[in-house]
Amino acid sequence: MKRAYLALESWFNISFGTHWNPMYHLGTLTFFLFWIILVTGLYLFGFFHGSIDGAYDSVEYITHDQWYAAGVMRSLHRYASDAAIITILLHLFKELASGRYHGARWFSWVSGLPTLWLVVTLGITGYWLVWDELGQYVAIGSARLLDSLPIFSGSMASNFLQGQMTDRFFILIEFLHLLGQPLILFFLLWLHVKRLSNVNINPPRGLAIGCFLALLALSFIKPAVSHAPANLSSMPTVLELDWFYLNAYPLMDYWSEGKTWLLATAITVILMLLPLLPTKKAVPAAVVDLAHCNGCELCFDDCPFEAISVQARTDGRKFEKEVVVDPSLCASCGICMGSCPSSNPFRQSNEELKTGIDMPSLPVDKVRTLTEQAVTSMTGSANVLLIGCEHGFNVKQLDNNETGSVKLICSGMIPPSLIEYALKKGADGVMIVGCRHNDCFYRFGNLWIDKRFSGERKPILRSRADRRRIKVFGGAETDKKLIEKELEVFRHELLAITEQTDLPEQAEIKESPDV
Amino acid sequence: MFNSQNKFVRYALQAINYAVFIAIVGYFSTSPSYRQLADDEAIITISISHAGELKELCQRRSQEELMALPPNMRAPMECSRERSPVIIEVLLDGQPMYSHKAEAPGLYNDSGIDIYHTLKVSAGSHHLALKMDDSVLKEGFTHHFSQDVEIAPAEILLIGFESGRGFVIR
Repeated sequence: MKRAYLALESWFNISFGTHWNPMYHLGTLTFFLFWIILVTGLYLFGFFHGSIDGAYDSVEYITHDQWYAAGVMRSLHRYASDAAIITILLHLFKELASGRYHGARWFSWVSGLPTLWLVVTLGITGYWLVWDELGQYVAIGSARLLDSLPIFSGSMASNFLQGQMTDRFFILIEFLHLLGQPLILFFLLWLHVKRLSNVNINPPRGLAIGCFLALLALSFIKPAVSHAPANLSSMPTVLELDWFYLNAYPLMDYWSEGKTWLLATAITVILMLLPLLPTKKAVPAAVVDLAHCNGCELCFDDCPFEAISVQARTDGRKFEKEVVVDPSLCASCGICMGSCPSSNPFRQSNEELKTGIDMPSLPVDKVRTLTEQAVTSMTGSANVLLIGCEHGFNVKQLDNNETGSVKLICSGMIPPSLIEYALKKGADGVMIVGCRHNDCFYRFGNLWIDKRFSGERKPILRSRADRRRIKVFGGAETDKKLIEKELEVFRHELLAITEQTDLPEQAEIKESPDV
Repeated sequence: MFNSQNKFVRYALQAINYAVFIAIVGYFSTSPSYRQLADDEAIITISISHAGELKELCQRRSQEELMALPPNMRAPMECSRERSPVIIEVLLDGQPMYSHKAEAPGLYNDSGIDIYHTLKVSAGSHHLALKMDDSVLKEGFTHHFSQDVEIAPAEILLIGFESGRGFVIR
């Protein structure tokens, strides 16, 4: 499943690039689609008549009389809703395929499932409101589904018999669709991202424009239209179903209401229980060592899962603040260790390196030792230290006499000073191979690395570090050939630099035209 | 990173992706169409709300029984609240199409029953026969109804029940 996802992701990287790749923005794209749905829905509400006798005619007016504005809005409303189901299901598939549902992520995973169901019911009540043959089918089918639950007395389906339907029931559904369900959705979305930091709900502008234009084009190519008006004395024979939202109804006709509920419940429960499945190994949470923490808050800023909080100093030292880790929220990514200024490997060179916040499973001292070992083990002419992570490409596969490697939990765990340290210890170049760009397993590992190296985010990579000897390249487990190619290119670049350094006169001559 | 030719290829690929995307959205938003009823089929809907008869007749309390009760509870008649289940049978052209026994709901089985059921039948002329048994105190079915009906394709023939009138066809 993960390979299928990575193949899909690769295809979109080719056509959209890593910045606009829709697979990296499925959540934000869904938010964007919700905005389209909200704006178009508000516009449609202005022309909609919420009664059994008036609803259909008002929708016909929207569709045909004012096709150029309200009609387009209706089509956009429908197609953005359909597209939202695609983005949500892809989002779910992505998180499932890449194993991003357990540990600290369980809350977002579990809260996402009811959000999906709510979006489906929101679509269902939307179809109901048109009060055409499809609305009639959906209304009766929904009533049958609810009647099959042993929680309601009476038969809701009998409300949809000839002469029984009242405006009161219709207005209730209108209220649900226009206010009740959107408010609950808003709350669930807030809950869904509650345990994440630096939450972004907007996709890149180019992707949003592309998506909007595509849906707008579809609205003109195939405008959304209604079926014949609802008629409770006859049964619609052929229906043009919206399969994104209404797929349960034919299933109910084919099976039964009970079996349909059973299937939906079983899928939901199985997905919800996934975070309880045992993982490969439980990595202990980050640990704060106040003796080396000055309360600078960099780890608090960088933590992707809001596991770190700041409080007043408790150890009597002169600093104002200290940080605290909540183990239940900690994803054990180690990004905090990389952001701690005390994780500088040049410190405490003759003793065990201690830092302000460390990973018990891979402490900074061990990272320093592993780096030293990898660097000193290389004997080639252009020795490259590869630093990889557990969720991207396995850098250990490329170990040889001129390539050494260190595998961290996340590339965001790298203190910039570690790069300088590796170069000082003898590496000709350092290549960081984290997850694919914009697709860090721990959300921000490769982003923070980019920002630290470019000086936008503390702790920065100092200017004295030779940028020509540092390369950052994201790659998944299936990108071995691509990474090998990049490594070779990098090695050639390093050799060229070395040659320039060995022959200063030639280098000067080469640069002379610019002077 | 990308020269102008590569940029053109990339935008072309994006256009293809968007085209596939809207093709999927556009197709599955209405297709494939779903046929829930054949052209020559119709529907019979049975929708009945009815309370079965009491399971037991009221009994007059003896003087001794009355005296054994607190003064405020000395009602002369003792009536059980429990109601009989309601049994419905639908026969079309002599063939049983639907049979259902609905137990009276409620904590004391004292509430009315609701039956909602739809039957897919062939359109045209039929002889419809309906039976209901709503009392355990009486032998056999307590309500009968039969009638020749003509059902048009896709029509919903509604079978109801009204106390005092019995079965009602709409």
